[in-house]
Amino acid sequence: MPTVNKPLHELGVAELTTALRDGELSSVEAAQHFLERARSHHDLGAFLAIDEELTLRQARASDARRASGAAGPLEGVPIAHKDIFVTKDLPTTAGSRMLEGYRSPFDATVVRKLAEAGVVTLGKLNCDEFAMGSGNENSAFRPARNPWDITRVPGGSSGGSAVAVAARLAPAVTGTDTGGSIRQPASFCGITGIKPTYGRASRYGMVAFASSLDQAGPMARSAEDCAWLLSSLCGPDPDRDSTSLDRPTEDFTRTLTDSLDGLRIGIPSEFFGAGLAEDVRAAVEACLRAYEKLGAKLVPISLPRTELSIPVYYIIAPAEASSNLSRFDGVKFGHRAKQYTDLVDMYKKTRAEGFGDEVKRRIMIGTYVLSHGYYDAYYLQAQRIRRMIADDFQQAFKVCDLIAGPVAPTVAWKLGGHGNDPLADYLADIFTLPASLAGLPGMSVPAGFGEGGMPVGLQLIGTYFSEARLLNAAHRLQQATDFHLRKPEGV
Amino acid sequence: MSTPATKPVKSLLVRGYEVVIGFETHAQLSTRSKIFSRAATAFGAEPNTQACAVDLALPGTLPVMNRGAVERAIEFGLAVGSHIAPRSIFARKNYFYPDLPKGYQISQFEIPVVQGGAVDFYLDDEKRTVRLVRAHLEEDAGKSLHEDFIGQSGIDLNRAGTPLLEIVTEPDIRSSAEAVAYAKELHKIVTWIGICDGNMQEGSFRCDANVSVRKPGAALGTRREIKNLNSFKFMQQAIDFEIQWQIDEIEDGRAIQQATVLFDPDSGETRAMRTKEDAADYRYFPDPDLPPLVIEPEWIERVRSEMAELPRVMAQRFVADYGLPEYDATTLTQSKAMAAYFEAVARSSGQPKLASNWIMGEVSRRLNASETAIEQAAVSAAQLAGVITRIADGTISNNAGRQVFEALWSGQGATADAVIEARGLRQISDAGAIERIVDEVMAANPDNVAQVKAGKDKAFNALVGQIMKASKGKANPQQVNELLRKKIA
Repeated sequence: MPTVNKPLHELGVAELTTALRDGELSSVEAAQHFLERARSHHDLGAFLAIDEELTLRQARASDARRASGAAGPLEGVPIAHKDIFVTKDLPTTAGSRMLEGYRSPFDATVVRKLAEAGVVTLGKLNCDEFAMGSGNENSAFRPARNPWDITRVPGGSSGGSAVAVAARLAPAVTGTDTGGSIRQPASFCGITGIKPTYGRASRYGMVAFASSLDQAGPMARSAEDCAWLLSSLCGPDPDRDSTSLDRPTEDFTRTLTDSLDGLRIGIPSEFFGAGLAEDVRAAVEACLRAYEKLGAKLVPISLPRTELSIPVYYIIAPAEASSNLSRFDGVKFGHRAKQYTDLVDMYKKTRAEGFGDEVKRRIMIGTYVLSHGYYDAYYLQAQRIRRMIADDFQQAFKVCDLIAGPVAPTVAWKLGGHGNDPLADYLADIFTLPASLAGLPGMSVPAGFGEGGMPVGLQLIGTYFSEARLLNAAHRLQQATDFHLRKPEGV
Repeated sequence: MSTPATKPVKSLLVRGYEVVIGFETHAQLSTRSKIFSRAATAFGAEPNTQACAVDLALPGTLPVMNRGAVERAIEFGLAVGSHIAPRSIFARKNYFYPDLPKGYQISQFEIPVVQGGAVDFYLDDEKRTVRLVRAHLEEDAGKSLHEDFIGQSGIDLNRAGTPLLEIVTEPDIRSSAEAVAYAKELHKIVTWIGICDGNMQEGSFRCDANVSVRKPGAALGTRREIKNLNSFKFMQQAIDFEIQWQIDEIEDGRAIQQATVLFDPDSGETRAMRTKEDAADYRYFPDPDLPPLVIEPEWIERVRSEMAELPRVMAQRFVADYGLPEYDATTLTQSKAMAAYFEAVARSSGQPKLASNWIMGEVSRRLNASETAIEQAAVSAAQLAGVITRIADGTISNNAGRQVFEALWSGQGATADAVIEARGLRQISDAGAIERIVDEVMAANPDNVAQVKAGKDKAFNALVGQIMKASKGKANPQQVNELLRKKIA
């Protein structure tokens, strides 16, 4: 068996599933191995919560299910969840002091569905506070470090998720993507991640940042592993999430190896302009040539409102966030200031103490753009342009089957590299925001290496419900390249 | 779009001012579970025992629309002739308050589910129409309890998320009496169609009145909103006080400031809670957690087909089928029970107009005097039909009918016929028997007969009285009249 020749943590989801099924490995052994790795790589800051007893209990239950013939499709695969998903058995902080010590009485639908598929939970993963950030530096607890260069950010907001996979602390994890929070950290850490069509994965139990944009998705080393997780975590949830779409679950692994012959890949000129770093451009273009060799045709397209996606996103997302975060008022759960003089003082102190700077900044922006007299000029106008951005994509999909480009303009920057300039973070989101605003599925696929030996990600964007097509294209590239198999030194 | 009121509004000036009132009513919808969660809505449970994760706004929770609440809104719209919006939008109304767990209330703002419509009712026998602007779905907040928690407040979230229909009128109301009549009619409609239990003590039907005054013909005055009027009695008192207060202010040269006021039943006064200066910016925006509410025509038709007959439709039917005057028909359709009682009496007796007269007269008088609902009336529909049948077929006189009814009401007899027999109330319609009595009386009163012949009607009436007396009231008065005229002529 090839699997026995590799250390356990080098096995992907597909390989682990096989090894577990064939009895080469028990769920408890797999869990113990990864818990040990998490412990020894604590400095990377990937995890915010680990409960070894809980994990082993789940692993024993998994072994028992397998023994009784009730194994799920992901039986015994150890994974970890971004700390944005609420969990009954582990604390949930959303990376914020506001929720320090909070325990949810229920599991997020994504957590529940993966548990029903048989996964064992290793813990909760670090992220930017309330998923607001591009470098995981806004975590209220600690930064996460990029395993390729620990002086650099892993990306964000699903930074801990990307670190865990890149450092082989978990074969696969969950993340959430509001404006690029799965794709960008996947790109920065050299792993694979997919954000499905808005509405395909239930948002129930995701601590809300921007409701019309938030979407859960898997992150793993390969497209194949992402396909395994995505097949289990998607699906309608009409009793809990009204924005969940009535679209049956698919087996995304079935079409992974389909031919790409004749596939039309749209290349948006706006994604390859002056703002794109040369190392990223070179890596992405090399991948596009690899696609041509696989039989795909490159088609020049235009997404003319790409630049507008930045102001549009940074109006809509903060607007929704300012309202979504109103519930953190110290009254019912989470942090409450110790001393206050009256109700308003309690609100002010609680929120001043509980929220970090970036969260406060976005609450203020959001409150402003929704205010009387500004609503039409900002929020409504942003919604109008958002619709145009979505229409631009549909125009483009008339001449191509999917769209390819860079995930981010540069490779991962240094911790503290953006200083206190939030705009630098915002501008770096330019290539991931358009698909988010349009609700389209998008993914990041390892595409080589750039400056400082840092990973570069190729972004693939498909039309609504084209996840199978995206995963297929990514998988075929990964059959032809080995970027996704490379690992950081010392891991 | 608003259509003009059916009649030019008759102004009842108060100290030379015209009163202008618009209503906002919160009707709690009679669903078992909340508008966006599965928690129960039952009243009176221990604090916070009927609040689930969604109602507590726990992180990760999302609203899911209760279909039953939408259906009730559709029913209301159909009942008052509104447009049911094929696509309406839920919005967030953002403000901080401890009994508002999410920090925003989910409501409808720009596009409500029910648009337009009107409420018709009678005020002093005159038909009035109050136009509706809209009715929208929203969730209720919890309750802040300021007593029993020394130096602190308690929060009870049982009510949080209870479905409400907020019904908003045009400023068509011109007096406190009309305001109460409107509110009663609206109360009747929502309870008739069963979308609200109408319990005002428990807050299931709460009215806010926007009151302003102006000189006739002047532009609308500045309004003050009286909040939470939860009894018809206080409603009238509060509005009357507010009208006088506003006129006093204006007469004293002070401008009215827009404000929200509360009525204090103990002092009988209204008191400002907050003025426009502290009005919050609610930062309304469409709730991204809830897609537009789409109502297909088929859904509306299904709701329509399952709805009980509406009061005004039933009133029209009473006019068409039973030949009742519109006033009778409207009065008899004040409640489902009243209408059912009428129909039972009318069908069984075959005398709808008599049935209407009796129910609006004797029956209502006694019910009102004893503050009893018609469901508990001491005389059943079948018993009343028995009385009316006997009056109509000439067995008893109207007067005797009242005696029979009185006996039945006080439990002295099971049926009209039994009472008539027991008390010998059957009137004499046998022409021979009546003629004998007429002859006897004429013979005994020759002076009166002479006077009648001389053209004195008084004398005629005196003779009739003598004859009725001689028959112990049982002679058919009509026959007596005819016979006497014939004999004297």
